[in-house]
Amino acid sequence: MRRLAPVLVVVAVLVGLWYLACVPMNIKLGLSMAERQGAVVHPEGNAARRDMPAVALAIGNPAYWGQSWSQQKPRLPAPHQVVNELWKTTMQVAPTSKRSLVFHGWVTLSATGLGFLIGSTMGILLAIGIVHSRAMDMSVMPWAIASQTIPILAIAPMIIVVLASVGLQGLVPKALISAYLSFFPVVVGMVKGLRSPSPMDLDLMRTWSATRTQTFAKLRMPASAPYLFASLKIGVASSLVGTIVAELPAGGGQGLGARLLSGSYYGQTVQIWAALFATAILAAGLVSLIGAIERNVLKRMGLA
Amino acid sequence: MILVIAAFLMWAGLWAVNVRLANGPAANRQAVKLLVPVLFGLTILAMWELIVRGLQVPLVILPAPSVIAAKVGDSLPMLWGDFVQTFVKGALSGFAIGIAAAFVVAILVDRSDFLRRGLMPVGSFLAALPIVGTAPILVMWYGYDWQSKAAVVVAMVFFPMLVNITAGLQETTQMQRDQMQTWAASYWQGFWKLRLPAAMPFVFNGLKISSTLALIGAIVAEFFGSPIAGMGFRISVSVGQLSLDMVWAEIFVAALAGSLFYGALSLLEHWVTFWHPSQRR
Repeated sequence: MRRLAPVLVVVAVLVGLWYLACVPMNIKLGLSMAERQGAVVHPEGNAARRDMPAVALAIGNPAYWGQSWSQQKPRLPAPHQVVNELWKTTMQVAPTSKRSLVFHGWVTLSATGLGFLIGSTMGILLAIGIVHSRAMDMSVMPWAIASQTIPILAIAPMIIVVLASVGLQGLVPKALISAYLSFFPVVVGMVKGLRSPSPMDLDLMRTWSATRTQTFAKLRMPASAPYLFASLKIGVASSLVGTIVAELPAGGGQGLGARLLSGSYYGQTVQIWAALFATAILAAGLVSLIGAIERNVLKRMGLA
Repeated sequence: MILVIAAFLMWAGLWAVNVRLANGPAANRQAVKLLVPVLFGLTILAMWELIVRGLQVPLVILPAPSVIAAKVGDSLPMLWGDFVQTFVKGALSGFAIGIAAAFVVAILVDRSDFLRRGLMPVGSFLAALPIVGTAPILVMWYGYDWQSKAAVVVAMVFFPMLVNITAGLQETTQMQRDQMQTWAASYWQGFWKLRLPAAMPFVFNGLKISSTLALIGAIVAEFFGSPIAGMGFRISVSVGQLSLDMVWAEIFVAALAGSLFYGALSLLEHWVTFWHPSQRR
């Protein structure tokens, strides 16, 4: 309870600020709508209000604040509208329907899962190579680091388009992008982890005349587990980002990224926010899933 | 086919050179440390060129490095314009604003225990979320020009910076803080002379992460609407026209800008945190 209370207070304050922010963001449209229905608002006529600052309008018309929390296409939807939309598109629609966020979430999740699997496997293999071969360490590692300064995410949609033009479509191209993004954190974390045994431990293995394979399986591999899980958590979050961005070019297509883009095309702000929250929930779920596996495994190994 | 075989022969040869260099007596010299990755990079470029030409991959789908280099040379003014629009106006201004905001909030968090226990879990939760998804919303709010790109960058760099600065400010030991107190140092004296310098390794860790996020955010935000300049704009238009050499030229510029930015931050880090164990040779 001592740990939960401050978090709850901060979240409550943020939600309150969000409601407050909705007022100036949406007040202009709200006043126009109210005026059309015959209500008297403070400066009359759209033309008079056009150049007024939104905050002044909000202060001048406190009676119409409620208007800004219930519009169809607000500039900033109120929290309850987003929650409502989330509820409507997950619980009240069949999960196979194209209007269901469960369906789009599943499309995104499957590409993320496949990409994460490929990326982390490749990352672990490369890390093993780097730890065991000095030539590989010296030549590959600088480029692996440099590759991160390339905004590959920014060209991800283009890679999808190019792959589609040679006939590769659907799950695999998205998974490739997401694999690329999850790959790097795993390499770095795993190299660090495999090198974490102290020289004394390594010497001890030598006095037992352990082979390289034995040293690897019995000392390096177990020692790297905490590092591996820490980087898997980062990796799974970034592979989700990769999938979302890779879905952008498929306008009107499937997946949460496509949902974001179609919402942006048609000005469906509530839909954008619902998709955004769905990705956030998905990311949080994936990270905490890895966290749960981490606790379990480390406890069994006696490390936590 | 001969070119492809030549490519693999060359790869085997250069790899053998690299293995010899890396395991040789001079492996710890600075020159060799530089030469090995350079050789590796050149090998990859040469193999790319030879395989594309050898297998006669259509240059429209995968342009060879020489074609890309020619395109970069041809369109320097345009690339410069895109660079200024996206990197200087969008990414850098957002980067600066985001870091300044994160510093202010981090100091508030540092001064109030309640805020730290409440805001930090929320902050590290938000740091892991796909914030780049807010790009369509922010473009709607701030218009098509660089302001909306800067806003996306601010949202992206704020949370990693906040988490890192706050962690850094916690870095000093109780003994060191007690020492400041025995000297009757005020909060700000302790902050400037002890806590902030001690936080610098964390701050630079955050800065390095944010430097790549900033460029990504600025480019991705341009996919949701932009004026007729900018790297994201050029990339999406060039893909539409299937002129992929232009896309690769933009990638080259982005990679160069990203690497130089990162390199500059590393140099600065080396200069500021010279005392930290990770800077030892």
